[in-house]
Amino acid sequence: MNFLSWIGRQAIELFSTLGFFSIVGLRAFSGVFTGTWSKEDLFEQLERVGVGSVLVVSITSAFTGMVLAVQTLDQFVRFGATGYIGGVIALSMVREMSPVLTGLVVSGRIGAAMAAEIGSMKVTEQIDALRTFGLDPHVFVGVPRLLAGLVMLPILTLFSFVIGIGGGFLYVTAHGVNAHLFRRSVEALLAPSDVYGGLLKAAVFGVLITLSSCGQGFMAGQGARGVGTATTKAVVWGNMLILVFNYILSTILFGGIKG
Amino acid sequence: MDPVMKMQGVSVSFDGREVISDVGMTLLAREITCLMGPSGCGKTTTLKVASGLLRPAKGSIELLGKTVGPETDETDLIGIRKELGVVFQGGALFDSMSVGQNIAFPLRYCRGIEDPDSISEMVLDMLEHVELGDVREKYPSELSGGMRKRVAIARSLVHSPSLLLLDEPTTGLDPTTARHIDQLVVELCRKFGFSVLVVTHDITSALGIGDSLLLMHEGRITWRGSPDEWGRTDHPVVKKFAEGMVSVRRTGVRKL
Repeated sequence: MNFLSWIGRQAIELFSTLGFFSIVGLRAFSGVFTGTWSKEDLFEQLERVGVGSVLVVSITSAFTGMVLAVQTLDQFVRFGATGYIGGVIALSMVREMSPVLTGLVVSGRIGAAMAAEIGSMKVTEQIDALRTFGLDPHVFVGVPRLLAGLVMLPILTLFSFVIGIGGGFLYVTAHGVNAHLFRRSVEALLAPSDVYGGLLKAAVFGVLITLSSCGQGFMAGQGARGVGTATTKAVVWGNMLILVFNYILSTILFGGIKG
Repeated sequence: MDPVMKMQGVSVSFDGREVISDVGMTLLAREITCLMGPSGCGKTTTLKVASGLLRPAKGSIELLGKTVGPETDETDLIGIRKELGVVFQGGALFDSMSVGQNIAFPLRYCRGIEDPDSISEMVLDMLEHVELGDVREKYPSELSGGMRKRVAIARSLVHSPSLLLLDEPTTGLDPTTARHIDQLVVELCRKFGFSVLVVTHDITSALGIGDSLLLMHEGRITWRGSPDEWGRTDHPVVKKFAEGMVSVRRTGVRKL
Protein backbone atom coordinates (compact mmCIF):
# COMPACT_ATOMS: atom_id res chain seq x y z
CA MET A 1 0.00 0.00 0.00
CA ASN A 2 2.80 2.40 0.92
CA PHE A 3 4.59 1.55 -2.32
CA LEU A 4 1.42 2.19 -4.33
CA SER A 5 0.85 5.52 -2.64
CA TRP A 6 4.50 6.44 -3.30
CA ILE A 7 4.00 5.60 -7.00
CA GLY A 8 0.83 7.68 -6.99
CA ARG A 9 2.58 10.67 -5.40
CA GLN A 10 5.46 10.45 -7.89
CA ALA A 11 3.01 10.29 -10.81
CA ILE A 12 1.11 13.32 -9.52
CA GLU A 13 4.36 15.26 -9.05
CA LEU A 14 5.56 14.25 -12.52
CA PHE A 15 2.40 15.39 -14.29
CA SER A 16 1.94 18.54 -12.19
CA THR A 17 5.58 19.54 -12.91
CA LEU A 18 5.16 18.87 -16.65
CA GLY A 19 1.89 20.81 -16.54
CA PHE A 20 3.57 23.76 -14.87
CA PHE A 21 6.45 23.72 -17.40
CA SER A 22 3.83 23.78 -20.17
CA ILE A 23 2.05 26.76 -18.59
CA VAL A 24 5.34 28.68 -18.23
CA GLY A 25 6.24 27.77 -21.84
CA LEU A 26 2.86 28.80 -23.27
CA ARG A 27 2.87 32.10 -21.38
CA ALA A 28 6.43 32.86 -22.39
CA PHE A 29 5.94 31.95 -26.07
CA SER A 30 2.71 33.95 -26.28
CA GLY A 31 4.47 36.81 -24.49
CA VAL A 32 7.32 37.04 -27.04
CA PHE A 33 5.27 39.33 -29.29
CA THR A 34 2.54 40.61 -26.95
CA GLY A 35 4.12 40.72 -23.49
CA THR A 36 6.55 43.06 -21.75
CA TRP A 37 10.13 41.86 -21.38
CA SER A 38 13.55 43.42 -21.39
CA LYS A 39 15.79 43.43 -24.50
CA GLU A 40 18.80 44.22 -22.29
CA ASP A 41 18.08 41.03 -20.36
CA LEU A 42 17.88 39.08 -23.64
CA PHE A 43 21.38 40.24 -24.66
CA GLU A 44 22.66 39.38 -21.19
CA GLN A 45 21.15 35.88 -21.41
CA LEU A 46 22.48 35.34 -24.95
CA GLU A 47 25.94 36.19 -23.68
CA ARG A 48 25.52 34.03 -20.61
CA VAL A 49 24.17 30.94 -22.42
CA GLY A 50 26.24 31.31 -25.58
CA VAL A 51 29.57 33.04 -25.07
CA GLY A 52 29.87 31.76 -21.51
CA SER A 53 29.52 28.13 -22.66
CA VAL A 54 31.90 28.19 -25.65
CA LEU A 55 34.99 26.98 -23.80
CA VAL A 56 33.35 24.09 -21.96
CA VAL A 57 31.45 23.00 -25.10
CA SER A 58 34.70 23.16 -27.11
CA ILE A 59 36.65 21.02 -24.67
CA THR A 60 33.81 18.48 -24.33
CA SER A 61 33.32 18.25 -28.10
CA ALA A 62 37.01 17.99 -28.98
CA PHE A 63 37.56 15.10 -26.60
CA THR A 64 34.31 13.38 -27.61
CA GLY A 65 35.37 13.53 -31.27
CA MET A 66 38.76 12.08 -30.34
CA VAL A 67 37.20 9.29 -28.23
CA LEU A 68 34.92 8.39 -31.16
CA ALA A 69 38.03 8.13 -33.32
CA VAL A 70 39.83 6.02 -30.69
CA GLN A 71 36.88 3.61 -30.46
CA THR A 72 36.31 3.23 -34.21
CA LEU A 73 39.74 3.49 -35.86
CA ASP A 74 40.97 -0.01 -34.95
CA GLN A 75 37.72 -1.66 -36.17
CA PHE A 76 37.71 0.27 -39.44
CA VAL A 77 41.37 -0.55 -40.12
CA ARG A 78 40.69 -4.23 -39.37
CA PHE A 79 37.83 -4.35 -41.90
CA GLY A 80 39.63 -2.18 -44.43
CA ALA A 81 37.04 0.56 -44.17
CA THR A 82 39.20 3.54 -43.22
CA GLY A 83 37.60 5.37 -46.13
CA TYR A 84 34.42 5.66 -44.08
CA ILE A 85 35.81 6.72 -40.72
CA GLY A 86 35.48 10.48 -41.30
CA GLY A 87 31.84 10.13 -42.30
CA VAL A 88 31.00 7.92 -39.33
CA ILE A 89 32.60 10.34 -36.86
CA ALA A 90 30.86 13.28 -38.55
CA LEU A 91 27.47 11.52 -38.57
CA SER A 92 27.82 10.55 -34.89
CA MET A 93 28.75 14.08 -33.90
CA VAL A 94 26.17 15.87 -36.03
CA ARG A 95 23.17 13.64 -35.38
CA GLU A 96 23.72 12.66 -31.75
CA MET A 97 26.82 13.63 -29.81
CA SER A 98 26.96 17.37 -30.43
CA PRO A 99 23.29 18.22 -29.73
CA VAL A 100 23.07 15.91 -26.70
CA LEU A 101 26.43 16.81 -25.15
CA THR A 102 25.91 20.54 -25.74
CA GLY A 103 22.45 20.22 -24.17
CA LEU A 104 23.76 18.34 -21.13
CA VAL A 105 26.68 20.75 -20.65
CA VAL A 106 24.44 23.83 -20.91
CA SER A 107 21.83 22.21 -18.66
CA GLY A 108 24.44 21.66 -15.95
CA ARG A 109 26.11 25.02 -16.37
CA ILE A 110 23.27 27.42 -17.17
CA GLY A 111 20.13 25.53 -16.11
CA ALA A 112 21.30 25.30 -12.51
CA ALA A 113 22.29 28.98 -12.44
CA MET A 114 18.96 30.09 -13.94
CA ALA A 115 16.93 28.03 -11.47
CA ALA A 116 18.98 29.35 -8.54
CA GLU A 117 18.62 32.94 -9.74
CA ILE A 118 14.85 32.73 -10.25
CA GLY A 119 14.41 30.71 -7.03
CA SER A 120 16.21 33.35 -4.98
CA MET A 121 14.18 36.07 -6.75
CA LYS A 122 11.06 34.26 -5.58
CA VAL A 123 12.31 33.77 -2.01
CA THR A 124 13.31 37.45 -1.70
CA GLU A 125 9.93 38.61 -3.13
CA GLN A 126 11.49 40.06 -6.31
CA ILE A 127 9.00 37.99 -8.34
CA ASP A 128 6.13 39.54 -6.35
CA ALA A 129 7.72 42.95 -6.88
CA LEU A 130 7.59 42.38 -10.66
CA ARG A 131 3.88 41.58 -10.35
CA THR A 132 3.25 44.81 -8.42
CA PHE A 133 4.64 46.68 -11.43
CA GLY A 134 1.98 45.03 -13.59
CA LEU A 135 4.37 42.53 -15.19
CA ASP A 136 3.89 38.81 -15.75
CA PRO A 137 7.07 37.20 -14.28
CA HIS A 138 6.67 34.18 -16.59
CA VAL A 139 6.99 36.55 -19.53
CA PHE A 140 9.40 39.14 -18.13
CA VAL A 141 11.85 36.60 -16.70
CA GLY A 142 11.01 33.66 -18.97
CA VAL A 143 11.09 35.16 -22.49
CA PRO A 144 14.73 36.36 -22.54
CA ARG A 145 15.92 33.01 -21.15
CA LEU A 146 13.74 30.95 -23.47
CA LEU A 147 14.90 32.92 -26.54
CA ALA A 148 18.53 32.67 -25.41
CA GLY A 149 18.21 28.88 -25.16
CA LEU A 150 16.39 28.64 -28.49
CA VAL A 151 18.99 30.73 -30.35
CA MET A 152 22.22 29.80 -28.61
CA LEU A 153 21.94 26.00 -28.36
CA PRO A 154 21.95 25.53 -32.17
CA ILE A 155 24.89 27.97 -32.50
CA LEU A 156 26.85 26.15 -29.79
CA THR A 157 25.94 22.82 -31.41
CA LEU A 158 27.19 24.02 -34.79
CA PHE A 159 30.40 25.00 -33.05
CA SER A 160 30.52 21.57 -31.41
CA PHE A 161 30.12 19.83 -34.85
CA VAL A 162 33.24 21.54 -36.13
CA ILE A 163 35.34 21.07 -32.99
CA GLY A 164 34.24 17.42 -32.53
CA ILE A 165 34.91 16.44 -36.13
CA GLY A 166 38.20 18.35 -35.88
CA GLY A 167 39.16 16.32 -32.78
CA GLY A 168 38.42 13.06 -34.61
CA PHE A 169 40.35 14.25 -37.67
CA LEU A 170 43.43 15.05 -35.59
CA TYR A 171 43.45 11.61 -33.95
CA VAL A 172 42.95 9.53 -37.11
CA THR A 173 45.38 11.54 -39.25
CA ALA A 174 47.97 11.25 -36.46
CA HIS A 175 47.48 7.47 -36.80
CA GLY A 176 48.08 7.31 -40.52
CA VAL A 177 44.68 7.93 -42.10
CA ASN A 178 44.89 10.16 -45.14
CA ALA A 179 43.43 13.64 -44.53
CA HIS A 180 41.94 13.81 -48.02
CA LEU A 181 40.25 10.43 -47.52
CA PHE A 182 38.76 11.69 -44.23
CA ARG A 183 37.35 14.80 -45.92
CA ARG A 184 35.92 12.81 -48.88
CA SER A 185 34.25 10.39 -46.49
CA VAL A 186 32.61 13.26 -44.55
CA GLU A 187 31.34 14.76 -47.81
CA ALA A 188 30.00 11.39 -49.00
CA LEU A 189 28.14 10.36 -45.85
CA LEU A 190 27.01 13.64 -44.29
CA ALA A 191 23.88 15.16 -45.85
CA PRO A 192 22.50 18.66 -45.17
CA SER A 193 19.42 17.03 -43.60
CA ASP A 194 21.69 15.53 -40.91
CA VAL A 195 22.94 19.00 -40.01
CA TYR A 196 19.42 20.47 -39.99
CA GLY A 197 18.20 17.56 -37.85
CA GLY A 198 21.02 18.08 -35.34
CA LEU A 199 20.33 21.81 -35.16
CA LEU A 200 16.58 21.22 -34.73
CA LYS A 201 17.35 18.88 -31.84
CA ALA A 202 19.58 21.53 -30.27
CA ALA A 203 16.85 24.18 -30.54
CA VAL A 204 14.35 21.85 -28.83
CA PHE A 205 16.90 21.07 -26.10
CA GLY A 206 17.49 24.80 -25.60
CA VAL A 207 13.79 25.32 -24.97
CA LEU A 208 13.58 22.28 -22.67
CA ILE A 209 16.59 23.39 -20.58
CA THR A 210 15.28 26.91 -20.08
CA LEU A 211 11.74 25.71 -19.42
CA SER A 212 12.83 23.27 -16.72
CA SER A 213 15.16 25.87 -15.17
CA CYS A 214 12.61 28.67 -15.18
CA GLY A 215 9.81 26.30 -14.11
CA GLN A 216 11.79 24.91 -11.17
CA GLY A 217 12.90 28.43 -10.20
CA PHE A 218 9.29 29.64 -10.11
CA MET A 219 8.28 26.53 -8.14
CA ALA A 220 11.12 26.97 -5.57
CA GLY A 221 10.16 26.52 -1.93
CA GLN A 222 11.09 28.90 0.87
CA GLY A 223 14.64 29.54 2.08
CA ALA A 224 18.07 28.40 0.97
CA ARG A 225 16.96 24.78 1.02
CA GLY A 226 14.08 25.53 -1.37
CA VAL A 227 16.47 27.23 -3.81
CA GLY A 228 18.98 24.37 -3.52
CA THR A 229 16.29 21.77 -4.22
CA ALA A 230 15.01 23.76 -7.20
CA THR A 231 18.53 23.95 -8.63
CA THR A 232 19.05 20.19 -8.35
CA LYS A 233 15.64 19.46 -9.83
CA ALA A 234 16.24 21.86 -12.72
CA VAL A 235 19.36 19.94 -13.78
CA VAL A 236 17.75 16.52 -13.27
CA TRP A 237 14.64 17.53 -15.22
CA GLY A 238 16.67 19.26 -17.92
CA ASN A 239 18.88 16.21 -18.49
CA MET A 240 15.95 13.80 -18.35
CA LEU A 241 13.93 15.80 -20.89
CA ILE A 242 16.94 16.07 -23.22
CA LEU A 243 17.43 12.30 -23.25
CA VAL A 244 13.72 11.49 -23.67
CA PHE A 245 13.24 14.05 -26.44
CA ASN A 246 16.50 12.95 -28.08
CA TYR A 247 15.00 9.49 -28.55
CA ILE A 248 11.71 10.91 -29.87
CA LEU A 249 13.43 13.33 -32.26
CA SER A 250 15.99 10.75 -33.41
CA THR A 251 13.17 8.35 -34.25
CA ILE A 252 11.27 11.02 -36.18
CA LEU A 253 14.26 12.57 -37.96
CA PHE A 254 16.62 9.65 -38.53
CA GLY A 255 14.66 6.49 -37.62
CA GLY A 256 13.74 3.57 -39.90
CA ILE A 257 15.72 1.90 -42.66
CA LYS A 258 16.46 4.18 -45.56
CA GLY A 259 17.11 2.22 -48.70
CA MET B 1 -12.41 62.47 3.22
CA ASP B 2 -12.82 60.03 0.32
CA PRO B 3 -11.79 56.43 0.85
CA VAL B 4 -8.90 55.26 -1.34
CA MET B 5 -9.49 51.64 -0.43
CA LYS B 6 -12.44 49.90 1.17
CA MET B 7 -12.05 46.25 2.13
CA GLN B 8 -15.22 44.38 3.12
CA GLY B 9 -15.62 40.87 4.53
CA VAL B 10 -12.39 39.63 2.97
CA SER B 11 -11.29 36.05 3.65
CA VAL B 12 -8.33 34.14 2.23
CA SER B 13 -7.69 30.41 2.52
CA PHE B 14 -4.54 28.36 1.91
CA ASP B 15 -4.92 24.57 1.61
CA GLY B 16 -8.45 24.74 3.01
CA ARG B 17 -7.37 26.73 6.09
CA GLU B 18 -8.73 30.26 6.46
CA VAL B 19 -5.75 32.56 7.04
CA ILE B 20 -7.73 35.81 7.29
CA SER B 21 -11.45 36.00 7.99
CA ASP B 22 -14.00 38.71 7.42
CA VAL B 23 -11.40 41.49 7.29
CA GLY B 24 -12.69 44.98 6.67
CA MET B 25 -10.96 48.36 6.64
CA THR B 26 -11.24 51.76 5.01
CA LEU B 27 -8.18 53.77 4.03
CA LEU B 28 -8.82 57.48 3.69
CA ALA B 29 -6.98 59.82 1.34
CA ARG B 30 -3.73 61.25 2.72
CA GLU B 31 -4.01 59.12 5.88
CA ILE B 32 -1.56 56.62 7.36
CA THR B 33 -3.22 53.45 8.62
CA CYS B 34 -1.18 50.96 10.62
CA LEU B 35 -2.18 47.30 10.74
CA MET B 36 -0.57 45.72 13.78
CA GLY B 37 -0.46 42.22 15.13
CA PRO B 38 1.89 39.43 16.13
CA SER B 39 3.79 37.36 13.57
CA GLY B 40 1.63 34.88 11.68
CA CYS B 41 -1.67 36.64 12.40
CA GLY B 42 -2.35 37.37 8.69
CA LYS B 43 -1.03 40.93 8.29
CA THR B 44 1.12 40.22 5.23
CA THR B 45 -1.69 38.20 3.62
CA THR B 46 -3.99 41.21 4.12
CA LEU B 47 -1.37 43.45 2.48
CA LYS B 48 -1.05 41.04 -0.45
CA VAL B 49 -4.83 41.14 -0.94
CA ALA B 50 -4.78 44.95 -0.74
CA SER B 51 -2.01 45.07 -3.35
CA GLY B 52 -3.84 42.77 -5.77
CA LEU B 53 -1.21 40.04 -5.45
CA LEU B 54 -3.80 37.68 -3.92
CA ARG B 55 -7.46 37.41 -4.80
CA PRO B 56 -9.83 37.15 -1.83
CA ALA B 57 -11.76 33.90 -1.50
CA LYS B 58 -14.68 35.91 -0.11
CA GLY B 59 -15.48 39.60 0.15
CA SER B 60 -14.45 42.52 -1.98
CA ILE B 61 -12.03 45.45 -2.15
CA GLU B 62 -12.90 48.78 -3.67
CA LEU B 63 -9.57 50.13 -4.78
CA LEU B 64 -9.10 53.38 -6.70
CA GLY B 65 -12.63 53.19 -8.07
CA LYS B 66 -12.41 49.53 -9.11
CA THR B 67 -13.78 46.47 -7.33
CA VAL B 68 -11.61 43.40 -6.71
CA GLY B 69 -13.32 40.15 -5.78
CA PRO B 70 -12.82 36.39 -6.07
CA GLU B 71 -13.69 36.48 -9.80
CA THR B 72 -11.63 39.52 -10.80
CA ASP B 73 -9.69 39.00 -14.00
CA GLU B 74 -5.85 39.05 -13.88
CA THR B 75 -5.81 41.79 -16.56
CA ASP B 76 -7.85 44.09 -14.29
CA LEU B 77 -5.54 43.30 -11.36
CA ILE B 78 -2.49 44.26 -13.47
CA GLY B 79 -4.02 47.70 -14.12
CA ILE B 80 -4.72 48.19 -10.40
CA ARG B 81 -1.24 47.08 -9.31
CA LYS B 82 0.39 49.74 -11.49
CA GLU B 83 -1.40 52.43 -9.46
CA LEU B 84 0.04 51.17 -6.17
CA GLY B 85 3.41 51.35 -4.49
CA VAL B 86 4.46 48.31 -2.50
CA VAL B 87 7.48 48.03 -0.19
CA PHE B 88 8.18 44.42 0.75
CA GLN B 89 9.63 43.35 4.07
CA GLY B 90 13.12 42.71 2.69
CA GLY B 91 12.90 45.54 0.16
CA ALA B 92 12.72 43.11 -2.81
CA LEU B 93 15.18 45.24 -4.77
CA PHE B 94 16.35 43.61 -8.01
CA ASP B 95 19.85 42.57 -7.04
CA SER B 96 21.06 42.30 -10.64
CA MET B 97 20.31 46.01 -11.16
CA SER B 98 21.95 49.12 -9.73
CA VAL B 99 20.01 51.43 -7.41
CA GLY B 100 19.38 53.80 -10.31
CA GLN B 101 18.05 50.99 -12.52
CA ASN B 102 15.83 49.76 -9.67
CA ILE B 103 14.23 53.17 -9.23
CA ALA B 104 13.91 53.66 -12.99
CA PHE B 105 12.12 50.32 -13.33
CA PRO B 106 8.53 51.51 -12.52
CA LEU B 107 9.03 54.57 -14.72
CA ARG B 108 9.78 52.33 -17.70
CA TYR B 109 7.28 49.58 -17.06
CA CYS B 110 4.38 51.29 -15.18
CA ARG B 111 4.52 54.72 -16.81
CA GLY B 112 6.06 53.76 -20.15
CA ILE B 113 8.69 56.52 -20.02
CA GLU B 114 11.57 55.75 -22.40
CA ASP B 115 13.56 59.00 -22.50
CA PRO B 116 16.81 58.34 -20.57
CA ASP B 117 17.26 62.00 -19.59
CA SER B 118 13.76 62.26 -18.07
CA ILE B 119 14.25 58.95 -16.27
CA SER B 120 17.63 60.02 -14.91
CA GLU B 121 16.24 63.32 -13.67
CA MET B 122 13.29 61.64 -11.94
CA VAL B 123 15.53 59.01 -10.35
CA LEU B 124 17.90 61.64 -8.95
CA ASP B 125 14.95 63.69 -7.69
CA MET B 126 13.48 60.66 -5.93
CA LEU B 127 16.83 59.73 -4.40
CA GLU B 128 17.06 63.23 -2.95
CA HIS B 129 13.58 62.86 -1.44
CA VAL B 130 14.72 59.75 0.44
CA GLU B 131 18.00 61.46 1.36
CA LEU B 132 20.21 59.20 -0.74
CA GLY B 133 22.14 61.29 -3.23
CA ASP B 134 25.22 59.31 -4.12
CA VAL B 135 24.18 55.68 -4.43
CA ARG B 136 22.73 55.60 -7.96
CA GLU B 137 25.52 53.44 -9.36
CA LYS B 138 25.72 51.11 -6.37
CA TYR B 139 24.11 47.67 -6.19
CA PRO B 140 21.64 46.67 -3.42
CA SER B 141 24.22 44.29 -1.90
CA GLU B 142 26.51 47.27 -1.24
CA LEU B 143 23.90 49.12 0.87
CA SER B 144 22.99 48.91 4.56
CA GLY B 145 19.54 47.65 5.64
CA GLY B 146 18.23 51.18 6.22
CA MET B 147 19.51 52.40 2.84
CA ARG B 148 17.90 49.42 1.08
CA LYS B 149 14.57 50.28 2.75
CA ARG B 150 14.88 53.89 1.58
CA VAL B 151 15.71 52.78 -1.97
CA ALA B 152 12.69 50.45 -1.86
CA ILE B 153 10.51 53.38 -0.74
CA ALA B 154 11.94 55.54 -3.54
CA ARG B 155 11.23 52.80 -6.09
CA SER B 156 7.66 52.39 -4.87
CA LEU B 157 6.94 56.14 -5.06
CA VAL B 158 8.71 57.21 -8.24
CA HIS B 159 5.67 56.46 -10.46
CA SER B 160 3.38 58.57 -8.19
CA PRO B 161 1.04 55.90 -6.81
CA SER B 162 -2.16 56.82 -4.98
CA LEU B 163 -1.63 54.24 -2.27
CA LEU B 164 1.60 53.06 -0.63
CA LEU B 165 1.64 49.66 1.07
CA LEU B 166 4.53 48.95 3.43
CA ASP B 167 5.26 45.50 4.86
CA GLU B 168 7.20 45.74 8.14
CA PRO B 169 9.26 48.79 7.09
CA THR B 170 11.19 48.98 10.37
CA THR B 171 11.86 45.28 10.93
CA GLY B 172 15.56 44.45 11.24
CA LEU B 173 16.62 48.08 11.66
CA ASP B 174 18.20 49.70 14.71
CA PRO B 175 15.84 52.08 16.63
CA THR B 176 17.43 55.26 15.22
CA THR B 177 17.20 54.09 11.62
CA ALA B 178 13.67 52.78 12.26
CA ARG B 179 12.51 56.20 13.50
CA HIS B 180 14.24 57.80 10.50
CA ILE B 181 12.22 55.56 8.17
CA ASP B 182 9.01 56.45 10.09
CA GLN B 183 9.78 60.15 9.74
CA LEU B 184 10.49 59.71 6.03
CA VAL B 185 7.16 57.93 5.44
CA VAL B 186 5.24 60.74 7.21
CA GLU B 187 7.10 63.50 5.34
CA LEU B 188 6.63 61.87 1.94
CA CYS B 189 2.95 61.16 2.65
CA ARG B 190 2.36 64.83 3.51
CA LYS B 191 4.43 66.07 0.56
CA PHE B 192 2.99 63.82 -2.18
CA GLY B 193 -0.49 63.31 -0.72
CA PHE B 194 -0.81 59.53 -1.08
CA SER B 195 -2.45 57.18 1.43
CA VAL B 196 -0.41 54.62 3.34
CA LEU B 197 -1.13 51.20 4.79
CA VAL B 198 1.70 50.04 7.06
CA VAL B 199 1.80 46.45 8.25
CA THR B 200 3.92 46.25 11.39
CA HIS B 201 4.40 44.65 14.77
CA ASP B 202 6.39 47.69 15.95
CA ILE B 203 4.01 49.53 18.34
CA THR B 204 6.36 52.52 18.69
CA SER B 205 6.37 52.97 14.93
CA ALA B 206 2.59 52.56 14.60
CA LEU B 207 1.80 54.99 17.44
CA GLY B 208 4.31 57.46 16.02
CA ILE B 209 3.09 57.63 12.42
CA GLY B 210 -0.45 56.18 12.34
CA ASP B 211 -3.53 58.35 11.89
CA SER B 212 -5.58 55.24 12.55
CA LEU B 213 -4.63 51.84 13.97
CA LEU B 214 -5.95 48.34 13.40
CA LEU B 215 -5.03 45.32 15.49
CA MET B 216 -5.19 41.89 13.92
CA HIS B 217 -5.42 38.70 15.94
CA GLU B 218 -5.70 35.18 14.50
CA GLY B 219 -6.75 36.42 11.08
CA ARG B 220 -9.38 38.93 12.24
CA ILE B 221 -9.36 42.66 12.93
CA THR B 222 -10.09 42.74 16.64
CA TRP B 223 -9.61 46.43 17.42
CA ARG B 224 -9.55 49.71 15.52
CA GLY B 225 -9.06 53.28 16.68
CA SER B 226 -6.71 56.26 16.87
CA PRO B 227 -3.34 56.35 18.68
CA ASP B 228 -5.05 58.29 21.52
CA GLU B 229 -7.72 55.61 21.86
CA TRP B 230 -4.99 52.91 21.91
CA GLY B 231 -3.65 54.39 25.17
CA ARG B 232 -7.10 54.47 26.77
CA THR B 233 -8.60 51.18 25.67
CA ASP B 234 -9.12 48.23 28.01
CA HIS B 235 -9.59 45.78 25.14
CA PRO B 236 -8.00 42.50 26.31
CA VAL B 237 -6.32 41.71 22.96
CA VAL B 238 -4.77 45.20 22.80
CA LYS B 239 -3.53 44.83 26.38
CA LYS B 240 -2.13 41.38 25.68
CA PHE B 241 -0.35 42.52 22.49
CA ALA B 242 1.09 45.67 24.12
CA GLU B 243 2.18 43.80 27.26
CA GLY B 244 3.69 41.03 25.15
CA MET B 245 5.84 43.53 23.28
CA VAL B 246 6.93 45.25 26.53
CA SER B 247 7.75 41.93 28.20
CA VAL B 248 9.79 40.87 25.13
CA ARG B 249 11.76 44.12 25.39
CA ARG B 250 12.32 43.66 29.16
CA THR B 251 13.42 40.07 28.69
CA GLY B 252 15.79 41.22 25.99
CA VAL B 253 17.27 43.89 28.27
CA ARG B 254 17.64 41.44 31.18
CA LYS B 255 19.45 38.95 28.97
CA LEU B 256 21.83 41.64 27.76
